[in-house]
Formats: sequence, C-alpha cells, structure tokens
Amino acid sequence: MLAVLHANRRLQLLLGFLLGIGFGFLLQKGGVTYYDVIIDQLLLKDFTVVKIMLTAMVTGMIGVHLLVRFGLTQLHPKPGSLGATIPGSLIFGIGFGTLGYCPGTAVAAVGHGALDALFGGVAGMLLGAAAFAALYPKLKPILSKADFGNPTFPQMLHVNPWTVVLPIVAVVVGLLYWIESAGL
Amino acid sequence: MDIFTAPRWSAYAVGIGIGVLSWLAFLLSNRPLGCSTAFARSAGLLERLFRGRKVDEKPYYQQFAPQIDWEWALVCGVLIGALASSLLSGQFAWLWAPTKWAAEIGTGAPTRWLVALLGGFCAGFGARWAGGCTSGHGISGTLQLAVSSWIAAIGFFVGGIATAMLIYHVILT
Repeated sequence: MLAVLHANRRLQLLLGFLLGIGFGFLLQKGGVTYYDVIIDQLLLKDFTVVKIMLTAMVTGMIGVHLLVRFGLTQLHPKPGSLGATIPGSLIFGIGFGTLGYCPGTAVAAVGHGALDALFGGVAGMLLGAAAFAALYPKLKPILSKADFGNPTFPQMLHVNPWTVVLPIVAVVVGLLYWIESAGL
Repeated sequence: MDIFTAPRWSAYAVGIGIGVLSWLAFLLSNRPLGCSTAFARSAGLLERLFRGRKVDEKPYYQQFAPQIDWEWALVCGVLIGALASSLLSGQFAWLWAPTKWAAEIGTGAPTRWLVALLGGFCAGFGARWAGGCTSGHGISGTLQLAVSSWIAAIGFFVGGIATAMLIYHVILT
C-alpha cells in the first residue's frame, strides 16, 4: 500500500508540494523567515530558531523512530566525511550569518515579500550551487577525505535506537526549560 | 479562525508542527524534509537553458539530475505556504532590505542585496559541500541521529554565530 503510494510520481509531487505549504506556513508563523529573528539568534539574543529546531528535532525523532519500529518507513541518514561535512558546514555557516536566511527560510521569506531574500539570497544560492557543480570534479579529493559513511549514533554505538533517543529527548527538554527560565 | 490570522505562533507549536510534517514526509513519501538539493537541481535547470543538454554531462548533475522532483515541489510549496500565512496575518509586504539591516546598518537596498548575494553564494556552495542545509541536516538529519548531520548542524551554527558576531560586533563598531 505504502510502496504503491511511494512509487506514484505525480502523487508524490503533489504530496511534496502540500508538505512544503505546511512547512512554509509554519516557518512564517514561527517568525524564522525574518532576517532580524535569524540574526538575533546568531547573536544569541533571541532563541526562537533554536527553540523551533530542537522542538522539531525531538518531535520528529520520536515519531520517525516509531514509524521505523513498525516497519512503516526507513531512515535515510546522509553520508559524510570529515573533508565534506566540516568545511562544508562552516562555509554554509558563513553564508548563513551573512545572508541571515538559510535555503528554506530564504524561499519562505520571498513568500512574504522580502526582496533581499529573492535577489540576494535565492539568486546567490543558485549561483553557489552552480559553482559547486562546476568545481565538483576538482573538489572530489577533499570531499572524500576521511569518509565515514552514513552511520547513525545508535548504529555506531551498537545499541537500540531508543537508548539514544530517550536521553536526547530528556536533555533537549531540559535545555528548552533552561532557555525559557533564563528568559531567552 | 483567529489562529490562522495570528502574526506569530509559539516556537514550540511551530516546532511540533514541523516535527509532525517530518513524520508525514517519512510515512507518505519515505523521504526526509530538505531544501538545498532543490537549489542544485534548479541551478542545473537554469544552466540547461543557456548551455543545453551538455549540462547533464557534468558529474555533479549526473548525481543530482536537473529535474523537478519531490523536494523541488516541496520548495515551491514553502513559498506558497509562507505567502498564505503572511497574507492571512496581514504581514505580507514588499521589503527592499530587512528592518534590522535598515535600522543598524542604514544602507539602502543595493548594499544589502550585494551582501545577501555573497552570503547566499556561500550558503548555496557550503550546503552542497556539506550535502545538506539547516533543513536536511539540521532538522531531518539530526532527528534520524545521523552522525554526519550532527557534525554539520554544529558547523552551521559555529560558522553562523562567528560571522554574525563579526559583522555586528566587530565590523559595525
């Protein structure tokens, strides 16, 4: 039943679009489609972005691991290597701090009329992606340095996923409680 | 419905909502939510307009074919969702430069657009280098407990915090 649904290309495009509408709606309602909110997070003045990301992470973590447990989906952990993940994430961070949007929130910001997100952000990200595609053959030796594959922490530690999920949920709930009581 | 016209929802409600969307994405589409691969595909589609089918021979586009896929549809949806939300709350407004930028940096749109273009370039380049962005690694990857995504999420914030601090606390003082 699910396999038939997953294989229906047109229905999947529609589902992607509908899930995107929900995602964009929530991002705007959360205020994280605004440069001011994202920059104030990076300046550690307003913790809205972290609150949303951590809440989404633990909610998603519990539900997705339950779905996997009942055989309704599979995990798709991304592969990584020290040469790809570390420099790539730092370069992304420099862009994130300069632009004040990330790829998803930049598109959502265009949705509420932010022209800098369109002519600066989205245009720059397309150019950046094109430049990466052009340089990809030359970057390949760096990207494959210290390749560690696509393990998850439970796989790496050879433990049941819940042994990792439950402590993380507890730590994140504690952290959010602390952020709230610190008035951030 | 007041809730849909409210300008802002609690961060926790929004976070839970995004978490639930990730369940639906895994259940109905067997995919994690992500955004930056769609930028790579779009870049390829745009290149194809200028250079034709030769673009498809590039090794990177053989891995991420320039085509409209699930994630591409998702990113279109993000635009429509944010548009709908801002129209309902009356927050939709064409804005040349962000409020904080205008207040604290005080330059007009051309400077902001140029800086945003540079920032966007690094974000687009870095997201492809790291294999994901704040959605694909930062939310979807961390919730799967993927090792690569936890490292990437830390890198995103280390780089982002350092850069924002440099701009607002060093360059602007």
